Amino acid sequence: MTSFLAIAVSGCNKPAGEAPNSTGPIKVGQFASLTGKEATFGTSSDEGTTMAIEEINAAGGVLGRKLQLLTEDTQSKPGEPATVVNKLIARDGVVAILGEVASSRSLEAAPICQQSKIPMISPSSTNPKVTEVGDYIFRVCFIDPFQGTVMANFATKTLNAKKVAVFTDAKSDYSKGLAKFFKEKFVANGGTITVELDYNGGDKDFKAQLTAIKAANPDAVFVPGYYTDAALICVQAKQLGLAVPFMGGDGWESEKLVEIGQDAVEGQYFSTHYHPDVGSERSKQFLQNYRRRWKDKTPDALAACAYDSVIVLAEALKRAGTTDGPKVRDALAATKNFPAVTGNITIDEHRDASKAAVILQVKDGKYKYLETVAP
Amino acid sequence: MTEVFQQLINGLALGAIYGLIALGYTMVYGVLRFINFAHGDVFMLGAFAGYYFAPLVNRFLPAQSYFGGALVLVLAMVVCALIGMLIEFLAYRPLRNRPKLTVLITAIGVSLFIEYTCQHAAVFGAAPRKFPDLIPATTWHIGGLVIASSQVIVLVTTLILLIALRFIVQKTKVGTAMRAVSFNEQAAVLMGVNINRIISFTFGLGSALAAAGGILYAMNYSSIEPLMGVQTGLKAFVAAVVGGIGNLPGAALGGLILGIVETFAGGIPGLSNYRDGIAFAILILILLFRPSGLLGKPQVEKV
Repeated sequence: MTSFLAIAVSGCNKPAGEAPNSTGPIKVGQFASLTGKEATFGTSSDEGTTMAIEEINAAGGVLGRKLQLLTEDTQSKPGEPATVVNKLIARDGVVAILGEVASSRSLEAAPICQQSKIPMISPSSTNPKVTEVGDYIFRVCFIDPFQGTVMANFATKTLNAKKVAVFTDAKSDYSKGLAKFFKEKFVANGGTITVELDYNGGDKDFKAQLTAIKAANPDAVFVPGYYTDAALICVQAKQLGLAVPFMGGDGWESEKLVEIGQDAVEGQYFSTHYHPDVGSERSKQFLQNYRRRWKDKTPDALAACAYDSVIVLAEALKRAGTTDGPKVRDALAATKNFPAVTGNITIDEHRDASKAAVILQVKDGKYKYLETVAP
Repeated sequence: MTEVFQQLINGLALGAIYGLIALGYTMVYGVLRFINFAHGDVFMLGAFAGYYFAPLVNRFLPAQSYFGGALVLVLAMVVCALIGMLIEFLAYRPLRNRPKLTVLITAIGVSLFIEYTCQHAAVFGAAPRKFPDLIPATTWHIGGLVIASSQVIVLVTTLILLIALRFIVQKTKVGTAMRAVSFNEQAAVLMGVNINRIISFTFGLGSALAAAGGILYAMNYSSIEPLMGVQTGLKAFVAAVVGGIGNLPGAALGGLILGIVETFAGGIPGLSNYRDGIAFAILILILLFRPSGLLGKPQVEKV
């Protein structure tokens, strides 16, 4: 009976990815939060990815074949990434997976890609744990130890803050990681963390914690969360008369931050991957093409990173000369000084990209470029 | 010391909203002996009704005026009262003579149906939205205390609605009939009470209060989304149980206790993430010593 079962199981166990010598388009899978709490992350990423695929196909595709993008929505919910990535790999037979923005959701999909030996490139998940899952998991953005350092130095040097309160989303790996690295650096800089409080992503009432933060009398507040929560936190802080600078990370980058936060987010700061005002020739070109493709919309960092994830993958496919998972993996790992929109990308031994960060400030409802910090 | 008072104000405003929603749970339980789990979603629909009514009202009334805000509130309450009656008519009335468990499961189904229909892009979509400012956003500073106009409005509105509810239940004919049905349904029928009308009215009344809760919540926390009723509805249900389910002043009291405990827990570093857990743990403690709730009367099981 046991042996019969074993045969039955192994019979279904066809290797992941596409059959050798297939023709037709190369299938690339994408999972993104197109709806839900972090919907603008998924939408921006999807726009960047779609545009990159269209440009590559217009230029003749890769390995003589067109790229075909299959996109699945994770609804900004835990549990969904595993379901949709399993489907993309097992049913659709994609050769690579692109996604997600939120680290918790990338972390959910990464073990599946690793096990199926399908390379996964996260465009903008910054928690270090994501690529630690295995050697098939890559990213084209910086990681939180760097981002936390950037914001800690910014708080110390530019804001002249001595005492900072940290307000973390206890449900998010991204938020917890970024808070940790920020605290380490800020304390090393000679600052004090006056008070640390937590919330749960999706909460609406932050007044209890903000009242405690106000009582601790900090010079600034660091909120390493996502834009919906961050906007509500700024709104309620203003209602409580907590008038100190608020700072965040790349999770703040969304037009919704200003839409929900309005005048309460005015003057606040956050770090991210890219700003359309600065950058190379390549990023100027990207800005122009993006505006043409998406009805004059200005790309945000998540769109730029998603675009980069596609061109890095296409380049690796070319160098590998095949869509075979292990060979594409090796080619991705060998990416060196590749000129991308968000800077030159070199994949290091941890499969992360080491790149500069930019610090932005909300000014008149727009994101104003302040400075670039090199790693 | 200022912090304690500030948290008390925050907690009172939150608790008052829980109380409003809890009243709906408790009233329906009083007449039908079942928990209407779709009640939290009516709360959400109330907030969305306000979202859509606000621009309409602003066409002929100045934006951010107290009168305009009150009108939006009343309109949302009327819409939700109709929705509540419709839910009862379509989902619960056909099951009136079935076991209570059937109705309970149906209520969960109705709740999921509303939540997921509203998350569809063609209805509201899943993304959170900014709730328009209905009233002038002013803050008063008393000593170190900061009191927002929205918090005062929450407390005042809740108080007015509670007095109105008490009047309806105690002094009017329909209120007397409601109490009669809750005491003994069969006897009420024999006395000539139209059960269907009374149950429908109860759902309407409870849903209107939930809508008011929804608007006040959205005003205070400024963002709305289709799943906002899940957690809030659950908390309000617990508030109703703690106060003694079926007991109206108990629901309001339970709401206030829950709101205040939760807010104080939220302000303690290291515990802030467990605010819901701490609030629920204290409620379990209360129920251990008073199993029928703070104001509920213990029921004697007759053999």
